[in-house]
Amino acid sequence: MLVFEKSRPGRGISALPECDVDIYTLPDEDMRETDLHLPEMAEVDLSRHYTELAKKAHGVNDGFYPLGSCTMKYNPKVNEKTASFDEFTQIHPLQPEHTVQGCLQVIKETEESLAEITGMSNFTLQPAAGAHGEFTGLLLIKAYHLANGDTKRKKIIVPDSAHGTNPASAVMAGMDVINVDSTPEGLVDVAKLREVCEGNDEIAGLMLTNPNTAGLFDPNIKEITDIIHECGGQCYYDGANLNAIMGWARPGDMGFDCVHLNLHKTFSTPHGGGGPGSGPVGCKEHLAKFMPGLTVEGEEGSLAFAKASESLGEMKNFYGNFLVVVKALTYIKMLGKQGIPEASKNAVLNANYMMNKLSAKYDIAFNPKVCMHEFVMDIARQAKETGVTAMDIAKGLLDNNIHPPTMYFPLTVHEALMAEPCETESKETLDEAIKVFLELNDLAYSDPEALHAAPVKTPVTRLDEVGAARHPVLKYEFE
Amino acid sequence: MELKKDALYAKSHEWVVIDGDTATIGISDFAQSELGDLVFVNLPEPGDEVEAGESFADVESVKAVSDIYSPVSGTVAEINEELLDAPELINENANDAWFIKVEGITAKAEELLSPEEYEAFCAEEA
Repeated sequence: MLVFEKSRPGRGISALPECDVDIYTLPDEDMRETDLHLPEMAEVDLSRHYTELAKKAHGVNDGFYPLGSCTMKYNPKVNEKTASFDEFTQIHPLQPEHTVQGCLQVIKETEESLAEITGMSNFTLQPAAGAHGEFTGLLLIKAYHLANGDTKRKKIIVPDSAHGTNPASAVMAGMDVINVDSTPEGLVDVAKLREVCEGNDEIAGLMLTNPNTAGLFDPNIKEITDIIHECGGQCYYDGANLNAIMGWARPGDMGFDCVHLNLHKTFSTPHGGGGPGSGPVGCKEHLAKFMPGLTVEGEEGSLAFAKASESLGEMKNFYGNFLVVVKALTYIKMLGKQGIPEASKNAVLNANYMMNKLSAKYDIAFNPKVCMHEFVMDIARQAKETGVTAMDIAKGLLDNNIHPPTMYFPLTVHEALMAEPCETESKETLDEAIKVFLELNDLAYSDPEALHAAPVKTPVTRLDEVGAARHPVLKYEFE
Repeated sequence: MELKKDALYAKSHEWVVIDGDTATIGISDFAQSELGDLVFVNLPEPGDEVEAGESFADVESVKAVSDIYSPVSGTVAEINEELLDAPELINENANDAWFIKVEGITAKAEELLSPEEYEAFCAEEA
């Protein structure tokens, strides 16, 4: 039942204080003709409404959530504690700098920590999420070429295994996308890349995730970034998969010029449900003068905001989603120099443990000896032999209180299930999930109909996804 | 798979019926069944130029968005507006659900297959 259906006239909560300034009345022509349709409920009913909704959902606090390339790690509660300090919440973005030195310190230390982890020189915390960060990074690359009078460079190379947001961000930034196919091993085809780039003065740059969406670290990464630089392009690192390498390998050392990170993935801030996220962008020195927004300069106690000399402008108001940044910095400080690499090590260990156990019954795409933080199961064989698809296995997992892996992605694998267990899961949790996966495979062969019908134990059962996409109902129709 | 007997096929799974210097283009029955239920179609505008081997439209299923490539170069004369509101027509009968009509053909894709050749090609791919 929707909140609007539970609403009763006059049953609202009056939480607003008395108005202590003169009331200004707008002219009639500027006034609404009808009242706003706001739900009117008692606090207890409203509280129960949202608790009921929460019970119908599956979050990281409900059970295993191996959603590939999304890094659904557990969000430590200490992050919430620091982010709720009055000194961070009861302030105004336009307050004088000397009254918010602690907040400026948070921004400065986060920028410095992220720069150290990625091998970049500068960071902006302004972008609100991953794709926003991609867009920002591309605008940096564009500004760099334009400042050099290099107006022809409008082509961005994106491998076919890239996240769907990469080509979309490139188009948003006014660039044309060149797709480069992967090798049968799932890596960038260096020979093809060289063919596209050599002597090409229209290449603006390359967008790459490393490790890629199949969980494979590209061993040719330095050669790849060299090829781009040789033809005058810039290299952009999509940080979606940084959880596999933080503290071990740095995009800056791989030859990347700029990078975005997803604080809501790698740095344990809550994720999904519309955010708020945070997608800081880092760059090397030669791009720093174009950075958007404000950065923090000076010494502890006399910190001040500063703007880049040829700044490309504002990507978002003020300092981005600041409280998300507070949570991420808390995570970085709690883990420290020892904990950060250890988290990545365990993320990779967990993924390899699961991949090896599951390979007994599931085909692993590209058949790697070792994977990084995630791996892709290919359900094509089961689909052919039993009619059970990746979608059916995913629905079967829901009946076992496990959130499905990412489905039908990467596009290079047709019946893909991409699983990323994360470092925060115990061996017991992994063993239980492995058992469920193997049982579902057996069920596909013994009773495929049962999987076509799944899920049957969830609050809502199999949804009509086609109907929802063809005839979406996006708003409540008031009488 | 229902083959369209009067058409030629591209290896990227489009069919084309060429008549003089005009052509009608759609996607194959094999393509619609591989894509699954389509929920959205994006078509060019009449007057747009299309190029052989280049994308001119895209279709979206609940799984993914896929580009549709033109088997010929020329100018878009007409688009099938019915598909925009009812992409399911493609799933119901891909051989009738044409996407665009092209006039003033200047070039064709390098390799176009006969219906029989295309059937063999799909059998190999599957």
